[in-house]
Amino acid sequence: MNAPHTMFEKIWERHVVATRGENEALLYIDRNLVHEGSFLAFGALAKEGRKVRKPRQTFAVADHYVPTLGRERGLAGVADPEVRGMIELLERNTRTHGIAHFGIDDPRQGIVHVVGPELGLTQPGITLACGDSHTSTHGALGAFAFGIGASQLKQILATQCLWQKKPRTLRVTVDGALAAGVTAKDVILAIIARIGTAGATGYVIEYAGSAIRALTMEGRLTICNMSIEAGARAGMVAPDDTTFQYLEGRDYAPRGAEWDQALAFWRSLPTEADARFDQEVTLDGARLEPQVTWGTSPEEAAPVGARVPDPTAISDADKRAHALQAIAYMDLKPGTPLVDVRIDRAFIGTCTNGRIEDLRAAAGVLKGRKAVIPAWVSPGSTAVKRQAEAEGLDRIFREAGFEWRASGCSSCAAMNGDAVPAGMRCASTSNRNFEGRQGKGARTHLMSPAMVAAAAVTGRITDVRTLLR
Amino acid sequence: MKPFTKLTAVAAPLDMANVDTDKIIPARYLRKPRHPGYEPYLFHDLRFDAEGRERPEFVLNQPAYRKAAILVAGANFGCGSSREGAVYALLDYGIQSVIAPSFGDIHYANELQNGMLPVILPEEICRTLREQLRTTPGAQIIVDLESQTVTAPDGCTHRFEIDPTYRERLLKGLDDVALVLQYLPQIEAFEKRHHGEMPWLS
Ligand code: SF4
Repeated sequence: MNAPHTMFEKIWERHVVATRGENEALLYIDRNLVHEGSFLAFGALAKEGRKVRKPRQTFAVADHYVPTLGRERGLAGVADPEVRGMIELLERNTRTHGIAHFGIDDPRQGIVHVVGPELGLTQPGITLACGDSHTSTHGALGAFAFGIGASQLKQILATQCLWQKKPRTLRVTVDGALAAGVTAKDVILAIIARIGTAGATGYVIEYAGSAIRALTMEGRLTICNMSIEAGARAGMVAPDDTTFQYLEGRDYAPRGAEWDQALAFWRSLPTEADARFDQEVTLDGARLEPQVTWGTSPEEAAPVGARVPDPTAISDADKRAHALQAIAYMDLKPGTPLVDVRIDRAFIGTCTNGRIEDLRAAAGVLKGRKAVIPAWVSPGSTAVKRQAEAEGLDRIFREAGFEWRASGCSSCAAMNGDAVPAGMRCASTSNRNFEGRQGKGARTHLMSPAMVAAAAVTGRITDVRTLLR
Repeated sequence: MKPFTKLTAVAAPLDMANVDTDKIIPARYLRKPRHPGYEPYLFHDLRFDAEGRERPEFVLNQPAYRKAAILVAGANFGCGSSREGAVYALLDYGIQSVIAPSFGDIHYANELQNGMLPVILPEEICRTLREQLRTTPGAQIIVDLESQTVTAPDGCTHRFEIDPTYRERLLKGLDDVALVLQYLPQIEAFEKRHHGEMPWLS
């Protein structure tokens, strides 16, 4: 009785410590990531008088609240006393418990979901948790990685285990070659538009197919990042040579004989032929166009050549109500071509699209052009920032009129104060266009880095393919 | 954790699908310490206007629903960010149970972790419940975890499903950390083997 296994099942089974009831397992967590927003979990832990059981398996980095300006002054450059307090609290909590901490002026600092893969903390076949919903990002390396709340984080800190219900499996297969100007971001936006924001609730998604295989590690990270926007517990891509080449030599990757041992294990992970998924979805990658969102839910996305939809034509009552509200909030008129929509701000960064390849793609569009609206870049990590500077990308951004800022979550959720002013329309490489996400009253259009660059130079939603040379 | 057995309380209809956790509590309040309470932040930008005045049209600002301890919402309640602050805001306001056709995964777990009962009922029933609550403002609903039923204002009962282990934890108010630590010998044995095979992960 050895039915062919999916990659997810292999990883799940390997990490079950005990089971309870029909479907629940006590799952061992290999790696746990925390950030300055995790203070509530540490507080609850202290209140119960508990210790961190395996401090060497937790890693900390400040990202959500850190300012993106004045960072050369370190902690002293953090003007907001409340934020400084949070950053200091993370430092104190990690010191108390003996947890590795990449502080605000550490060269390894960055957004937790950029830093994990970058340092080789994220590896194929592991379980990884973090008190943040976009933990799904790490699945791009073939890990089972998922977001948790503060109470579950406390549970992991105290025990290194977590009760989890076994999710179902969904395979999304994207075949075909992506056209020029079409990126991983467009693929995932199209997937979410197709299956909806609750389309994968209760599922783990495995992304497969030739279009996914052809993606770089950066592209796979972008896709897995937004799995949560389809409601999925996690997203995964089978590890292959792209993954191994990416990992080799990184700080926390195994070395020498251990590397060979790891490699043998990682090669055994991919889903076996004939393994059954609970659900399958397929998409033709060759027919995809660049995507943009028009509404206030990531599923409210359309190809850039489309028009703002007419909500009254939507048959599903809930979706219709949501679209009506969204179009009012976004101040759009049904039937307007998306390329006629004016844009007031451009933002490049985040755990979705703040990696080196994203910055290269945007700089490629910006070279020799000028932004006509205020625009800024916050690289996904300090290492990405340095790499970009070494490649001269910072100069291209600056010459195009972009602000070149330090790394952090920045305007993604504006927790650090980098808010988009009310009523302003922002072309953003982030992952959520919820009402108020980038600041109270801010209007967000999600798109790829190249598309944001295109919007920045024209001041309107623009099909980047018209600017490609 | 306080046990959850049976709740008889005023329920408020929230006629919205995809209520994300950014809506339940805007990000700017997540830096706040828990002890003074998260009540003021619940649905902040729906409840209050830019000057901090109540928006009279928002359901919880209407006298009949102010004391609601139950919410009946649309599909995919609590999607988006993993912020547990969303649960703190609901709880500190006094909401102990949310009834919806479906929930965001992480938020569902967060409610359970804090002794709240998320009830999943079919779309049609949720819609009917909301209609009844709108036509009889201030009406009560009974959520009974023991019998796994919701009694509507019109007296109809609807059975709901919940994982038996979640049910038991809520009924007894059990703390998950203590429940996990009972397995310490198994965890240690697991670690010995697992880290023996992959020492670079220890
Ligand atoms: S960049 Fe945005 S989505 Fe990513 S971790 Fe930061 S706030 Fe969350």
